[in-house]
Amino acid sequence: MTKNAFPRGAAIAGVYEHPSRFSPNKTEFQIMAESAKGALDDAGLQRTDVDGLFGASMSMGMMGIVDLAEYLDLYPDYLDGTNIGGSSFVAHVTHAAAAVNAGLCQVALVLYGSTAASNSMAIGTGGTGGSRNPDAAFSAPYGMTTVGSYATYANLHMATYGTTSEQLAEIAVTMRQHAGLNPLAKMRNPITVDDVLQSRMISRPLHLLDCCIISDGGGAVVVTSLERARDLAKPPVQLLGCGEAVQHQGVGYSDILTIAAKQSGARAFEMAGVKHSDIDLAMIYDSFTITVLATLENLGFCPSGEGGNFVSNGGISLGGTLPVNPDGGGLSSNHPGMRGIFLVIEAVKQLRQECDARQVPNAELALAHGTGGTIGDKHSGATLILGVDR
Amino acid sequence: MSAIEHPLPFASWESRGFWEGAGRGELVLQRCQTCGLVQHRPRGVCAHCLDGSTLVHFAASGLGKIYSFTVTEQNQAKGFAEACPYVMAYVDLDEGPRMLTVVVDCDPDNVAIGAQVTVDYVSQTRDDAEMFAIPVFRLS
Ligand SMILES: [Zn+2]
Repeated sequence: MTKNAFPRGAAIAGVYEHPSRFSPNKTEFQIMAESAKGALDDAGLQRTDVDGLFGASMSMGMMGIVDLAEYLDLYPDYLDGTNIGGSSFVAHVTHAAAAVNAGLCQVALVLYGSTAASNSMAIGTGGTGGSRNPDAAFSAPYGMTTVGSYATYANLHMATYGTTSEQLAEIAVTMRQHAGLNPLAKMRNPITVDDVLQSRMISRPLHLLDCCIISDGGGAVVVTSLERARDLAKPPVQLLGCGEAVQHQGVGYSDILTIAAKQSGARAFEMAGVKHSDIDLAMIYDSFTITVLATLENLGFCPSGEGGNFVSNGGISLGGTLPVNPDGGGLSSNHPGMRGIFLVIEAVKQLRQECDARQVPNAELALAHGTGGTIGDKHSGATLILGVDR
Repeated sequence: MSAIEHPLPFASWESRGFWEGAGRGELVLQRCQTCGLVQHRPRGVCAHCLDGSTLVHFAASGLGKIYSFTVTEQNQAKGFAEACPYVMAYVDLDEGPRMLTVVVDCDPDNVAIGAQVTVDYVSQTRDDAEMFAIPVFRLS
């Protein structure tokens, strides 16, 4: 149970989602700084309270977290620039909770910013780039794309379990319904299953509307001890369980249908001591429709092969069996390339009952799962189970 | 739709055996003589023994079956944009490991998971002295 992992308790005390979806006049770090202000204001904290800095972006490489500290003129006691793709920020919350519990820092700030849309970045179909990189040498000559990798997963799932394109389309339709309730969402006009099936094929069986949108954006999360959080401006959201995992090609024998969520999710549920049926909403990284289906199965919300039925007939919509991504997700709200931070932010807002038209009524327990990299090829997974303070 | 222009692979000393083998018309894999592991992609060590002293290269049969695939209809990368739609696939080789590849000269509608495939090699024009080729597969 939580006592073992985080004896001092760990909580999210503040969050902020940058409202912009297109910011041609901003830099990544500027978006991060504006987000930091938002999350610290949310928590009732000052910039000078921050003694742990966590962050990642698509351009932060070696020294990136140091560059970020300089930009913010911060001198933290603890630094973590872990970059495991879009799930990074979900993992940062775990790492921050561990650091706080070890007494290595007191107030941890997790940051993300991106200008993917205003840079006209082809996130999904840009290919794998130069093959002079020895690792890419085995994928670039064969035309691997991000969408293509997820598509091989989808094809295998369909062949193995009979999952259909209509079932995948239901996921996109639900995300768009939810986006219609989120004033910040980029794509808010309703779509139908037919719209998805008629949209341009990108990599069979995934159509354009099976793919996430590309936006700018960013966000921030403040992690501290439960005790400290209780004295701050907003009700604390407790970290009850967490897990991280990877899945990859290994030496050539992996079961591709088993994704990292299986391992990270099992660990998070065990730590939290809760059941799947206790979860009021799930924030699932939806880079593609198939990502949601694969993640729900691997987290154990339904048996392998049952994902198609689980997501159909409103199963993952507000009021359904398990509401997924009430904000509209990456498929309709925002996707600046590394979406993990928004999973955490929306989960926290839902647990604080701040979500107006898209609020899951009386939500007390939320799961967030980030996927970084590509399922079908190699990826990381990070799971959090968050709950209201009781 | 034109043929794929495969980007030139860059061989590290770990992967050189694979690309040079393809240049000779061989699909080269690695086997560890200590534990028996056949691994792909190539490494300087057996990933399980963490030791490369008994690692040998050998020519595989070039036969396998499709584990999964996608018909790529959009890829903006040079060499592939004009070749869409093309079939990118994971092939389970008869010797064990899986490799990423493309299935060429086929009607994409005829490609299926489980289909038997056979290796072929696409040679490349390079401005250096390397004699590499790209292993691709055809429906058997
Ligand atoms: Zn070995």
